[in-house]
Amino acid sequence: MEDIEAIAVLQDPVRRRLYDYVAAQDHEVSRNEAAEGAGIQRTLAAFHLDKLVDAGLLETESRRLTGRSGPGAGRPAKLYRRSEAERQFSVPARDYRVAADLLAEVAEAARLDTELQAAARREGRAAAGPIDGFAAAEALLAARGYEPRMDGEVLRLTNCPFHVLSERHPTLVCGMNLALLEGLTEGTDGLRARMDPRPGLCCVVVEISKNKSD
Amino acid sequence: MTGHQLAQLNVGTLKFPLDDPRTHGFTSMLDTLNEVADRAPGFVWRLIDDGGSDATAIRTSLGDDVLVNMSVWESRDALWDYVYRSGHLDVLRRRAEWFELPKAAFQVMWWIPAGHIPTVEEAVERLELLRAQGPSPRAFGFRDTYTPEDVSAAADTVRT
Repeated sequence: MEDIEAIAVLQDPVRRRLYDYVAAQDHEVSRNEAAEGAGIQRTLAAFHLDKLVDAGLLETESRRLTGRSGPGAGRPAKLYRRSEAERQFSVPARDYRVAADLLAEVAEAARLDTELQAAARREGRAAAGPIDGFAAAEALLAARGYEPRMDGEVLRLTNCPFHVLSERHPTLVCGMNLALLEGLTEGTDGLRARMDPRPGLCCVVVEISKNKSD
Repeated sequence: MTGHQLAQLNVGTLKFPLDDPRTHGFTSMLDTLNEVADRAPGFVWRLIDDGGSDATAIRTSLGDDVLVNMSVWESRDALWDYVYRSGHLDVLRRRAEWFELPKAAFQVMWWIPAGHIPTVEEAVERLELLRAQGPSPRAFGFRDTYTPEDVSAAADTVRT
């Protein structure tokens, strides 16, 4: 399926809700859970979930939820998770990825880590504006595509907006990303960005500092 | 278990001596880094100098100011996750503070039979091979996707 066709599948508000719900979870989602999450009937959810799978936006696997196997264990449940595939479409056609990759390759070879981090920090500061409190920070991070999720005392960022670049030039790009987030959170009261890399997530978390006043 | 493990060597030329205050940011992190490595999934072995807890005292034909770091992993992904998706990344991003801009390839990896512990000399040879001839199944980098099978295939080609 072409990118534009796959993206068009999300035009339906019910599908969009299901997609957003599945994408926001830290686990694979059953039909029942997805239906409940999107506030629709199970059969309707099943129909739309499969449309999302056909479009390559979600992936599915079958597993027995109870952990039982053999006869009497019942049919395995279908579980959904967001697909890793990236979809993008631009009119007129644009290709910033190739440009970014070439620039990163040169910056990496010249080891411009410090210079890039300084530029990213400036960008973060400029984009921050007044951030009043944790919820505002969360909204700002969400708007920038980080998909923040509370995990104990920290906001874990579950999506890397620079994913492809960060896999190809991790040291350079993850350092840039941290500096950007440091710039964004610098003026806030009691929020601090730090590195806490884990496979499959953004390499940065935002934590509430101990001396938080509100 | 495939019968193979991945060996890696990376080298760096310090900007300042090891005991210089400007290198302290790096040296103060070493124990933590090595602990993370030792506990990392897929970690097999790392080079440690006699009587030490790391490899900072080891010197090679590459030069007196060149630090070496060498380890063995169960897979390429296990090594990648340690290097770029563990606490190691937090140190890596500050590499420009402590290390000179490398003029040639500074890391190399190659497949070894499981259980083999490579020597530093062997590792330096692999790095020299990568520098001289570019990536091959016998000496490659993270961008390359050579498998252990590629090594034997290449060896067969040489023989015939």
